[in-house]
Amino acid sequence: MSAGNQEPVGGADVDRFNSDLTVSEPLNETSRQYTTELLSVENVSLSFGGVQAVTDISFNIMQGEVRAIIGPNGAGKTSLLNVINGFYHPQEGVINFRGKPRRRMKPYQAAASGIARTFQNVALFKGMSTLDNIMSGRSLKMHRGFFWQLVHLGPARNEEIRHRRRVEEIIDFLEIAHIRKQPVGRLPYGLQKRVELGRAMAMEPELLLLDEPMAGMNLEEKEDMSRFIIDLNSEFGTTIALIEHDMGVVMDLADRVVVLDYGKKIADGTPAEVQASQEVIDAYLGVAH
Amino acid sequence: MFYREAGQFKTSYAADQALLPIRQDRIGLGLILFVAFVAIPLLASDFLIGSIMIPFLVFALASVGLNILTGYAGQLSLGTGAFMGVGAYSCYKLTTYFPDINILFMVLLSGVFSAAVGVVFGLPSLRIKGLYLAITTLAAQFFLEWCFIRIGWLYNYNDSGAIEVPQRKLFDIAITGASASPTVRYLVIVVLVSIMTLLAANILRGRIGRSWMMIRDMDIAAELMGVRPLYAKLSAFAFSSYYCGVAGALMVFFWIGSAEAEAFDINHSLLVLFMVIIGGMGSLLGCFLGAAFIWVLPIIIRAVPPMLGLDVIAATTEHVSNIIIGVLIIFFLIVEPHGLARLWQIGKEKLRTWPFPYSSN
Repeated sequence: MSAGNQEPVGGADVDRFNSDLTVSEPLNETSRQYTTELLSVENVSLSFGGVQAVTDISFNIMQGEVRAIIGPNGAGKTSLLNVINGFYHPQEGVINFRGKPRRRMKPYQAAASGIARTFQNVALFKGMSTLDNIMSGRSLKMHRGFFWQLVHLGPARNEEIRHRRRVEEIIDFLEIAHIRKQPVGRLPYGLQKRVELGRAMAMEPELLLLDEPMAGMNLEEKEDMSRFIIDLNSEFGTTIALIEHDMGVVMDLADRVVVLDYGKKIADGTPAEVQASQEVIDAYLGVAH
Repeated sequence: MFYREAGQFKTSYAADQALLPIRQDRIGLGLILFVAFVAIPLLASDFLIGSIMIPFLVFALASVGLNILTGYAGQLSLGTGAFMGVGAYSCYKLTTYFPDINILFMVLLSGVFSAAVGVVFGLPSLRIKGLYLAITTLAAQFFLEWCFIRIGWLYNYNDSGAIEVPQRKLFDIAITGASASPTVRYLVIVVLVSIMTLLAANILRGRIGRSWMMIRDMDIAAELMGVRPLYAKLSAFAFSSYYCGVAGALMVFFWIGSAEAEAFDINHSLLVLFMVIIGGMGSLLGCFLGAAFIWVLPIIIRAVPPMLGLDVIAATTEHVSNIIIGVLIIFFLIVEPHGLARLWQIGKEKLRTWPFPYSSN
């Protein structure tokens, strides 16, 4: 299997997937041009004791694009996301967000600067309702002080209602109105993933990091989730960084793909370029010795 | 059948976000408040008011305090008794220093001292969680208890080593001290507890309350939504300790009248913790149910043999009531680990669909 005779790169598959999704216009990477750099990762290395999780990785995310990060298990994808939103501090390298370099940043500072995130294994607030979970995404946008909240009148109440209205828009967008008041712990997995996306959306982030948003879903749920991600990107203009194992989804949604293997970057480019790369094929399929 | 929100449509978010969106709940609460504010002061005996209702309300308020910390913010604490003690001792110091200032103001102010102490002993929560945190709050319990015994300044160097409540008046009516009638003391407490419970409910449904629950349920995700763990945890400790402090001041000034350090020992902390667990973590209603279960039920059980005309010695009824309460605690925790409030919740959900249990989701 060589890159040469892979000429119509996933073409047929991609088209079929699109028609299933009933997306009116396939995302065509050549038709979308991005000029502003939102985030760049420069020569980042991260290790835990003797374990090298990420080695000298550089890539950038342009404003408005869908950027996929793929790679086999243990490649360092999630570690990279954790570096971007401040859970881990890389030993080496710089991260520039909106043109400003930052080295040590706490997760809440990353949140305040406009980076939201969903988790690989759902990290919802289990004891709270769907509504409260999504409302919690508005925390940073609510400013009424302690004493107003104590009486819950006037400004505090109006603020709550104003944000509730915004949250209801998200609930409509994600089609989860029927589970609004249910505790999320009782929801099925697919819906929990959707609520988690809603919670991240409520932050109105500039950059949304999605860690395997489709893991463990059936085809229908994947199609729904893909549709939400596409709409989110095209309607709200949210920049998205996506980790995903389903190659059909990745090749279809992403404008550009970065491929990691054993903590190193082995390919970076459009889905077509990445699929044609011999190194990527070797990483996924193994090499004959 | 009777408890159903059918036909009660909400046309605004304000109505949907009300504390009690269902009409039957509002009627129920209205009845309870009527009984508490009108029927009991007019009709109840001094024993019912002084030995059942006043302690019940004091413990309910302390449970609200602990429940905010443990049930809503997820920080286990064994120092409730000590925080109540801080409230009681600071109220005593304040009112003996400034006898002319209204005692109610002093009671509310004393909670501030308790909140400050709570923040200090809440600092370990930034590093440790769960049972380990509970052990560090034990340090607060023992250290503060030691202070109450050893630092004579706290009890004005009384020979008895106890704080004794002086008489204080409101509108020329004695509300504390030996001459204050139980009914007056009860009215003061029931007003304070009602208002403070309402304020707690308000905080819990707003941004701050949500940030506590976020920290409780998933601290990593909470941090990612912009919640600063330092602020969230310490504000929970402060708010909770304020409630415990006020409860402690009320306990000494409006219930027992004088107190030594032993009144705030570890048993007291555990008693309040049991109330929270039995009543239901993360439920304000649970605080009241738990306080009623732990405090009122033993009194009722002890009153049964004399009513039946049985001649049983006091020690026996005491032991028997302990056994019964213990068995009931085990029973309720097996039936519903989330407490009495959750049982009530399930009951309401069942009532909604009765008699057609399969008709809704």
